[in-house]
Amino acid sequence: MRLALDIITVVLVSAGGFFFMAGTIGLLRFPDTLTRLHALTKVDNLGLGLIVFGLLPQVESRLGALKLIAIWLLVQMSGAIVSQLIAQAVRRSGRQT
Amino acid sequence: MSSAALFGYCGAVLVGLGLYGLITRAEVLRKILSFNVLGSGVFLLFGVFARRGAAAGLGADPVPQALVITGIVVAFSATALAVALLVRLNKETGQIIVTPDDSEESGEQGATR
Amino acid sequence: MTLIFACEVVLAGLLLAIATWTIVARTAFAAIVLFMVYGLLLAIVWVALSAVDVALTEAAIGGGVTSMLLMGAATRLRAPKTPVADVGLPLKIAAGLLCALVTTVLGAVVFFLPDVAPTLAPLAKDNLAASGLGNPVAAVLFVFRALDTLLEKVVLLLALVGVWSLASDEAWGGVPGLPVYARPGPILVFLAQILPPIGIIVGIYMFWAGATQPGGAFQGGTILAAVWLLTMMARLQDLPAINARWLRLLLVVGPTAFLAIGLAGFFIADSFLAYPPGIAKPLIIVVEATLTLSIGVTLALLVAGPPERLPQR
Repeated sequence: MRLALDIITVVLVSAGGFFFMAGTIGLLRFPDTLTRLHALTKVDNLGLGLIVFGLLPQVESRLGALKLIAIWLLVQMSGAIVSQLIAQAVRRSGRQT
Repeated sequence: MSSAALFGYCGAVLVGLGLYGLITRAEVLRKILSFNVLGSGVFLLFGVFARRGAAAGLGADPVPQALVITGIVVAFSATALAVALLVRLNKETGQIIVTPDDSEESGEQGATR
Repeated sequence: MTLIFACEVVLAGLLLAIATWTIVARTAFAAIVLFMVYGLLLAIVWVALSAVDVALTEAAIGGGVTSMLLMGAATRLRAPKTPVADVGLPLKIAAGLLCALVTTVLGAVVFFLPDVAPTLAPLAKDNLAASGLGNPVAAVLFVFRALDTLLEKVVLLLALVGVWSLASDEAWGGVPGLPVYARPGPILVFLAQILPPIGIIVGIYMFWAGATQPGGAFQGGTILAAVWLLTMMARLQDLPAINARWLRLLLVVGPTAFLAIGLAGFFIADSFLAYPPGIAKPLIIVVEATLTLSIGVTLALLVAGPPERLPQR
């Protein structure tokens, strides 16, 4: 049982790490701000979500699991709102990068 | 090399980097940033001493950690005062650097009225 | 070389790279963003050094409030007409040599540290039960070295008085000049309506849990300051005038309660800032609660800056 939980953790956290890498490559390689913001949403939602779900089998108490999920939801919300604010600022300034 | 020693060397390099930035950057805002990097390097050295003092079932010695928490708060209050002084200096004289008094009449350091 | 040590080497290398980039960045905006990243990476380093309380404080104050303060200053500074002249090459070389010397000396200190490190951990652990707390760092802050914490709180207040004293004479007693949105969009207003209730719960929880787990008054107070600043920037609340009585009362209630309990220690316990056995934990909780409130208000006002205009009647 422990081994199955550990395997789930390793697989999910690795998948989350892959999305982190994909988002970071997008941040570095995409041409302008709006496309970079789009790449970063993969990191926030999918990457962190997979890592959180991968760490859930390792947590001892239910309160700890709820805290991990709350962190994921807070990061999603703040990431979405900050992306909107940055995109608004880019549009208002009229520049492309 | 233990992990505490690794971060100790890291702290030593941060102190050197912060000191270099404090001396060579002319703008006051960059000096404040370098001063914060310097301070965090010193705090990192404290943390290394705390980590090496792990005993009696605790992961680290709590006394240097409490000193570092105090230091971080005091460094923030010093930064806030420095930033307020910089904003006021900029509002009064339009400069973002601090010049010694005997070179003010040259008027070439970016002063505006 | 174990896997964890390899991760720590990568972390230290990343930290040094970001710190170097912060120093040599060309624009102030880039340097401040990099400083924010540096603060967050440093918080991870603190966790690697088994100092979770310090990691929370560094993430909140170092990586959060300080960067906000510097960003607000960078937007308010007007660029000078002539660009700033860089320092000459001889000074750079001399400074580089001096800094290399300082780094070498500090590195030698770390290298020649004794094998058995002197530590106060057993002493702290033995006296922990008498104080009623479970978190040794909180016990050091509020019981063993309570004088340091009291003076630190007074230093915060003194810095605030110093910042306020930079107001021009006409604006004294007025409203701070924190840059706020002229017309906040609906998205920012949405964030400023949703996040503060969560922030208040997290801040109070962090202060409450700091008695037995990593946390404490400073970390919780910083979160309260951050959500208050968010509501003020989204114009859901007006910036208070600094001569408002409720504001000044909140500022001094923390250090006053701390000082009063400390002076009462002369009568009900052995000496200044001593707690009588049995009611030590309730007294510490009272001190920490009032301190959290005061720290929240003080940090927010330090970021807001000196008053710049009189309040509208």
